[in-house]
Amino acid sequence: MENSNKRYWKGIEELTNEPSFVKNIHNEFGNMPSENDSKGEALVDGSGTHRRDFLKMLGFGVAAVSLAACEAPVKKTIPYLNKPVDVEPTIANWYASTYTDGGEYASILVKTREGRPIKIEGNKLSAVSKGVLSGRAHASVLSLYDNEKLKGPQIGAKAADWAQLDKEFIAKLAAVAAKGGQIRIVSNTILSPSTKKVIAEFTAKYPTTQHVVYDANPAYGLTQAHGGILPSIDFSKAKTIVSVGADFLGTWVAPTEFAAQWAETRRVGSAKDGKKEMSRHYQFETILSNTGANADYRSAYKPSQEGLVVISLYNAVAKLTGAAALAGASVKIDHLDKAAKDLVASKGASIVVAGSNDPEVQKVVVAINALVGAYGATINTGVAVNYRQGNDMAMANFIKEAGAGKIAAVIFYNANPVYNHPMGAALAAALPKVEVSLATNERADETASLCQFIAPDSHYLESWNDAEPKTGFYSLTQPTISTIFKTRQAQSSLLTWAGLNGDYAAYLERNWESNILKAGAVQWKNALHDGVFQPNAASISSAVPSVDANAAAAAISKAYSASSTGLEISVYEKVGLGTGSQANNPWLQEFPEPVSKACWDNYASISQPTATKLNLKQGDVVKVAAKGYEVTLPVLVQPGQAQDTVAIAIGYGRTKAGKSADGVGVNAYPFISEINGACVGTCTTGVSVSPTGDTKDIAQTQTHHTVMARQAVVQETVLGEFVKNPQSGRFNPTVATSEGKKNATDLTLWNGHQYNNHAWGMVIDLNTCTGCSACVVSCSAENNVPVVGRQEVINRREMHWMRIDRYYSSDAEVEDLKGLEVASDNPEVVFQPMLCQHCNNAPCETVCPVLATTHSTEGLNQMTYNRCIGTRYCANNCPYKVRRFNWFRYYQTDEYDFHFNNDLGRMVINPDVTVRSRGVMEKCSMCVQRIQEGKLTAKKEKRRPVDGEIQVACAQSCPTNAITFGDMNDPASEISKLLAVEKEGRAYGVIEEINVKPNISYLMKVRNKDVKKEA
Amino acid sequence: MSHVVSPIREKLVTGGKSYSDVTHDICKQVEGEPTKEWKWAFGISSIVFIYGAYCLFYTWWQGIGVWGLNKTVGWAWDITNFVWWVGIGHAGTLISAVLLLFRQKWRTSINRSAEAMTIFAVLCAASFILAHMGRPWLAHWALPLPNAFGSLWVNFNSPLVWDVFAISTYLSVSLLFWYMGLVPDLASIRDRATTKGRKFWYGLFSLGWTGSSKTWARYEYMSLILAGISTPLVLSVHTIVSMDFATSVIPGWHTTIFPPYFVAGAIFSGFAMVQTLLLITRVVFKLEDYITIEHIEMMNIVITVTGSVVGIAYLTEFFIAWYSGVEYESYAFINRATGPYWWAYWMMMTCNVISPQLFWSKAIRTNLMVSFFLSIVVNVGMWFERFVIIVTSLHRDYLPSSWAMFSPTMYDIGDYIFSFGLFFTLFFLFAKYLPVVNMAEVKSVMKGVSSNFPEKKKATKKTEE
Repeated sequence: MENSNKRYWKGIEELTNEPSFVKNIHNEFGNMPSENDSKGEALVDGSGTHRRDFLKMLGFGVAAVSLAACEAPVKKTIPYLNKPVDVEPTIANWYASTYTDGGEYASILVKTREGRPIKIEGNKLSAVSKGVLSGRAHASVLSLYDNEKLKGPQIGAKAADWAQLDKEFIAKLAAVAAKGGQIRIVSNTILSPSTKKVIAEFTAKYPTTQHVVYDANPAYGLTQAHGGILPSIDFSKAKTIVSVGADFLGTWVAPTEFAAQWAETRRVGSAKDGKKEMSRHYQFETILSNTGANADYRSAYKPSQEGLVVISLYNAVAKLTGAAALAGASVKIDHLDKAAKDLVASKGASIVVAGSNDPEVQKVVVAINALVGAYGATINTGVAVNYRQGNDMAMANFIKEAGAGKIAAVIFYNANPVYNHPMGAALAAALPKVEVSLATNERADETASLCQFIAPDSHYLESWNDAEPKTGFYSLTQPTISTIFKTRQAQSSLLTWAGLNGDYAAYLERNWESNILKAGAVQWKNALHDGVFQPNAASISSAVPSVDANAAAAAISKAYSASSTGLEISVYEKVGLGTGSQANNPWLQEFPEPVSKACWDNYASISQPTATKLNLKQGDVVKVAAKGYEVTLPVLVQPGQAQDTVAIAIGYGRTKAGKSADGVGVNAYPFISEINGACVGTCTTGVSVSPTGDTKDIAQTQTHHTVMARQAVVQETVLGEFVKNPQSGRFNPTVATSEGKKNATDLTLWNGHQYNNHAWGMVIDLNTCTGCSACVVSCSAENNVPVVGRQEVINRREMHWMRIDRYYSSDAEVEDLKGLEVASDNPEVVFQPMLCQHCNNAPCETVCPVLATTHSTEGLNQMTYNRCIGTRYCANNCPYKVRRFNWFRYYQTDEYDFHFNNDLGRMVINPDVTVRSRGVMEKCSMCVQRIQEGKLTAKKEKRRPVDGEIQVACAQSCPTNAITFGDMNDPASEISKLLAVEKEGRAYGVIEEINVKPNISYLMKVRNKDVKKEA
Repeated sequence: MSHVVSPIREKLVTGGKSYSDVTHDICKQVEGEPTKEWKWAFGISSIVFIYGAYCLFYTWWQGIGVWGLNKTVGWAWDITNFVWWVGIGHAGTLISAVLLLFRQKWRTSINRSAEAMTIFAVLCAASFILAHMGRPWLAHWALPLPNAFGSLWVNFNSPLVWDVFAISTYLSVSLLFWYMGLVPDLASIRDRATTKGRKFWYGLFSLGWTGSSKTWARYEYMSLILAGISTPLVLSVHTIVSMDFATSVIPGWHTTIFPPYFVAGAIFSGFAMVQTLLLITRVVFKLEDYITIEHIEMMNIVITVTGSVVGIAYLTEFFIAWYSGVEYESYAFINRATGPYWWAYWMMMTCNVISPQLFWSKAIRTNLMVSFFLSIVVNVGMWFERFVIIVTSLHRDYLPSSWAMFSPTMYDIGDYIFSFGLFFTLFFLFAKYLPVVNMAEVKSVMKGVSSNFPEKKKATKKTEE
């Protein structure tokens, strides 16, 4: 085709190349008419987006959003850019520290993983706590991650910053000081010498300051009777122990330490030369306490008789020793004379303790102890114990002064008297009259919420501090994590307000170097490393405090009566929740009380005869009224309790503690009465109990209370029999075969397992287990055991891998099956820790359709969560019922908001243990993660694991060493040695005759009684 | 010499029906408009099904914590229902297979619906297998499927794996047997079809049936072969289900008597369920001439026999519990009769042991209303039997510390209701869209037509009115 320069044009504009045309030449459609044209506005977003673009964007948006929705949310894992020197991912760091909560003390080791404290263990270097911890100490790590604590200081219930708070508060204090107004610092017992020094600095700056100390569970009477100090008590030296209302294994003063000492006197051995001696333990009390449950002889009295019981005991002892009797009505209760006889017989190795806070009662106890030679032997006045420094009179006086408007400023140093003092309501009414009020409490609790300022203290795991639990024994607290919220240590606050440098860490170190260590920097580091500094070789003093027993007896006669007929209230403390300071800790709320096995509530505990008399049954809601205060709560029928008494626990009925605590139970503090100037946990007059007609379930983890005469479950004997024959009381079922009778365990279909390397096993001594349940909390913390809440416990679905079964004895004959279901009115009690028995012929292993539970080459029954499809056949077929099913997704579900539902709470999770999902079975793994870690450590060092190096959580945390864990293949291990002896003695497997061959053995319980009680 | 003369058999089909009457009577249900009764029945079962499906969905969504189970009682209504439905599912196979082999001709008019009932009951049972799992979405792990983990396999020691095989085999064989029996009848409907849709669908499922002698011969062979395969299944399925309990260590479960006891119980409950359904069907679909009093009576006799076997098993259990001297087993049985669940135990005893004995009286076993009532009573009793075995054994086993009670929640009940909804919805769909009586086999047991012609005419008139 020929080239042509013919040019076609579409319009004159193109031909003439007009500028307007050239400008728009690429705009093919010109100015498209669109919906926005008429209004001159853009359709979509005001930036001129056109319809087509809108559709494109819409399409892209929908696609992008749906793609994004398909993707799993990104969890940020940030590697260390500059790795801290001490932190190796997956390797735990341990720090020595100190747990204190008021007068509770324990020297601890804190396990941190990647900078998070996740577990607390005892520090064995401490000569005071000797490595034992209470359940509360174990649980305290969860309180660190409590999302409901204050996140920063508050002024008038509004968030503020520290500078502002300091400025305003100092100004107000200065104004008060200028007027000469009275300033009070109110605290519970302070164990820390440096903190006391800080308070002294504050007092120096504001001279009108007085420090008022009180305790929610006071031992004021005991200190008063000993001239202002608490003496050291050593049960381990006692042959006869008599306790009048002192729950020394559960709640009284230093229960874990006492339990360890007590257990030493209860340990026996089946070997020929084994120890065949035990202390004899008498308990006289109102409620059936954890201690009473462990006593050899026990009888009950009414609170109004308490002082006279002590006088009667004195008189019985006096009669035998030839001392003059005290005046006072005598109370006839069982075993009192026998107790007196034993006390005198074991003179020099006897001890009497009383739980009463009445100084007059304690004075008579001092006199009894003097008669039986306890001072210098079992009681040492040479070393003072600092656990309870509260002064009931001073506190009562403070509240009266505040009510009278005589107090100008008050600082509550981690104290919550509005809740936990009997006169709390009066204090709450008085607080508005106080010009300046401040609380250092960690949360806006009942007291702090009434204060103008809240300067929240840091958690002890975030803090520097020290403690002097006993005179001359020091211990240090160091932070294991930087403060999570904008909190500041109360000591720093006090220093700041006193106009000093607020660096408490430096202050503490200076104080230690100049006043405690007195040697130099090296020792400070050592002390910090060890957590304890114990320069004082314990001095023993046999000095008997001087008391006027006759005057005390006279005072007692006035306040007590031998035979009152009305209903009486006994206010007691629970082993788990204690005074309620950690009430928002779900581990403690779900802690089954050792004796009642109830959790998530307090209740009106009454005996069966009293319930019958009042026409009440378990679960009936009653109104309990006394002293113008009334509460409504459900009835729990408690065998062993004194007749015509109602027992209510403190620690419940919090209103401003947080989700887990608020509304759980009722506050029993107001029932505490003042007797002889002290707060005594009883209410003996004007008590009424009336049914409301409602019922309420009590969350109990055990609802059948007797052992139904099943000897294969619990085996026991008395000391006299045991001395003659270590196998007395053992139950050996035999089976008749064609070859004559055979032991049930000798008949088997199975080939057995070969354990060529390790064979892990456990021995549990029923004689030393006190049922304290510290192991339960420790296990939950170690193994991420979920808390399920009140309703799920009522549904019988608690998840505890370790539980403590508690059985009462029954008066019925063995054949009377209905009668056996009913506990005695004053039962013998046995505690039996129950966990996966790691059977060698495990019934669970054969029935799992998918092999999710299998036997390891080291004797462990293993659970593979990932493989489990949740048929629950294994749980049904478990004769011990130790398997736990995840009925719901217990973490990350709103109904189960127990600190595992937020990122902060989940920081407590042990990363070595899988968090189980909904629909899978779980159970005790014998802390397989610890076994694995121990084996790996040994392997890296090219050696065998040493016995004791690998410890399971429950064995490690048992205050009485009732649990021995180890390798049964290692002949030198403690467990092998123990079994070698006890196989021919006390060791037995629970329900041995079904021949599941458990790897856990129990050592028969031996009671130090004269005659064995049947059934 | 005298010879034995058989008594003249009663007619199995009454009313003087001709072959074409049979075809007409049965097919008209399929071909006609749904009746009002059917609409009501189907409507109610659909509502029940939908409510149950909601409960089941909620259970799956939340987790089986919505049930009343706990750490001690890990199975309750779920497995009770499972065993109950599987038991009910036994009658179908027994009737079609065992009675076929024993040449019991009376079975022909009831075997179709009995087989359908079997299949639906097994489906209901299967729904509980899935529902009772903690993680039902992983149910396939119970099958020995090849996987990426090499040696990861199911546990052939576990009775639950045996269950999986037993139930799935049973379901497949029953389904096959039922479907095969349907083919000639489907072909009849196809041949009579007046609408295109019906022709297509029934044509598709009748697999090109021609009705030639060869096909009929093959049909007979297949029936015999499948009957031969099914017969051991009648015994094996419930034997294996019983082993879920018998091989365990739980007192009250660990019992060697369980396999025969469970099989007898299954036949007992299965016949009762067939009885219930037939008594409804014969009235609703006016099949009195096919499902006669004779049938009802025969069924009642089987119920009495199996009920007595079950009763003896109960007593044997008690005897052995005492005779063994095992304290846990003795307690388990004493606790059943006198413990907190005594009412369930006595419910079971009354319904299962006492009530079938009433059938010794001819007047009672030929009374339709009483038969209907007792057939329901028997199944109530059989449900309680499984509940008693499962719950009262678990709730108080070895360690008294773990003893607990079980009480159902609305989702335990709702999921049970679901299975009823499923069962009846399927059954009514079956009753409407498939011939409820095996026409081909019924015709084979009828006498010649000519002798009865006048009678027949009358009867036809009657049905047409």
